[in-house]
Amino acid sequence: MPSGLVNGLYLFSAILFIVGLKRLQSPVTARRGNRLAALGMLIAVIVTLFSQEILTPIEMIGGLLIGGFIGAVLAMRVQMTAMPELVAAFNGFGGLASALVAAAEIIPMVLEHDGAAGIDSGVFPYLSVLVGMVTFSGSVIAFLKLSGKMTGNPVEFPGRYVVLVIFLALMIASIVWTFIGGEILLCFLILAALSLIFGILIVLPIGGADMPVIVAFLNALSGLAAAATGFVLSNTVLIISGALVGASGIMLTNTMCVAMNRKFWQVMVGGFGGDSDEDGAGKLADGRTITSTTPDDTAIMLSYARKVIIVPGYGLAVAQAQHQVRELADVLQAQGVEVKYAVHPVAGRMPGHMNVLLAEANVPYDSLFEMDEINHEFESTDVALVIGANDVVNPAARHDKSSPIYGMPILNVDHAESVVFLKRSMRPGYSGVPNLLFFEPNTRMLFGDAKDSVTELINEVKAV
Amino acid sequence: MTPYSLFILAMFIGREILSKVPQTLHTPLMSGSNAISGITIVGALVSAGMVGGVWAKWIGFAALIFATINVVGGFMVTGRMLQMFKKKPTE
Repeated sequence: MPSGLVNGLYLFSAILFIVGLKRLQSPVTARRGNRLAALGMLIAVIVTLFSQEILTPIEMIGGLLIGGFIGAVLAMRVQMTAMPELVAAFNGFGGLASALVAAAEIIPMVLEHDGAAGIDSGVFPYLSVLVGMVTFSGSVIAFLKLSGKMTGNPVEFPGRYVVLVIFLALMIASIVWTFIGGEILLCFLILAALSLIFGILIVLPIGGADMPVIVAFLNALSGLAAAATGFVLSNTVLIISGALVGASGIMLTNTMCVAMNRKFWQVMVGGFGGDSDEDGAGKLADGRTITSTTPDDTAIMLSYARKVIIVPGYGLAVAQAQHQVRELADVLQAQGVEVKYAVHPVAGRMPGHMNVLLAEANVPYDSLFEMDEINHEFESTDVALVIGANDVVNPAARHDKSSPIYGMPILNVDHAESVVFLKRSMRPGYSGVPNLLFFEPNTRMLFGDAKDSVTELINEVKAV
Repeated sequence: MTPYSLFILAMFIGREILSKVPQTLHTPLMSGSNAISGITIVGALVSAGMVGGVWAKWIGFAALIFATINVVGGFMVTGRMLQMFKKKPTE
């Protein structure tokens, strides 16, 4: 196959990726967009298979079959609630693949030239290994945290910043060393090992509240790793696609930071929020207490409301209550109550988490509203039903300058006529900040597992 | 065009297109773009098919498996999610 044709077809793949991503701007065209991007990938793979002098096709086909099978099984079996950890895992695989490709490029060069070559391709093989390995190990930790296989609390260790800076310096030093005559293979392996540990060290201290940021950031890194590999291989389609994914991840990282009013470096410094199991107090120092309620009281409130806004949070995902919530909304709508959903950008553990869950439960996407669209509507709302959310509705973010979440844009549920919190216990949200809204006179607390509570609500509303 | 300019241009195109993706689709965007980052599969195929070093071939083979998981799994799970976002009949 002439190289002009190969490059032309690669470029065509890249164009399909761009067009495919553009289609993601609307739910109506998104599915076709995904298929276009997949088609682009298929073309790139076929072109590569035909353009190479295939002398050992067994390995190629074998690798494609094994990887394809594993990927397909993972994709088909995953629960929608487990999506954040799956995305983290896929990020990790992508990063590892990029690092391995760079290794496969550099190691033979070194072995054939007695450790003297490899400088022609410049710094990119090293960058590719560095970014790829950090993505891989970082994603593994993120996966373990998100899937609950290790604590979601920030894991902090003394002298963390110093250690990180030393690691960074060592990584740069090992790259510089190769260019001033060090043993290339050795430097390369040292760099790979350092990057692996570095990835673990930067994700360990990240607390649960910052998880959406770090998932988006690892997404960006997986793209940049692919782009760096593209520079190693001087391959256009790798550079373009890697840059697109990098841009997407950076954009999402930024969106998440803005939605939490946190700077990226503050997130990376870590230590914010965790899965605290400590029970918060049901009473304040000034004597104000919470008012708990029962499903039948809440059902009456909901049935006689004109307008209800449901605010979903991570607790809904944990309890897998999305189908029950949809059913409750249906029952209420059948009784003439107007029901809308308000989704905060950082509700859940990854960007868009709540939207996916509610879509799974067949909630039409046009009844989901983003914060800016719906915030003015709370004034005219009778009941705000907060299911498993906490920090994103905490008014402390508005006025309490000493609060760690101060300045974070929140959903104005406190402007509603009354607020009902569905919570498992009094424990604070992922940020660890207590919520004074619990103690307001128009707030009711309905304790229990979200799924059970909502199921009871459905029955009670039907009985009203 | 140098690879550098290509990289920068692609970043800008990405930013322009993707900043208009609504919050509702942020998860599919992430998993879909992640599948695209599996484009490393192209490099992996080249390495796995090499006849030079044995080492390089097996490293390439491992890379190929991981990249393929990323690509196939990524596109399929994105497809599964987007399936759910189909327009529902409005009542």
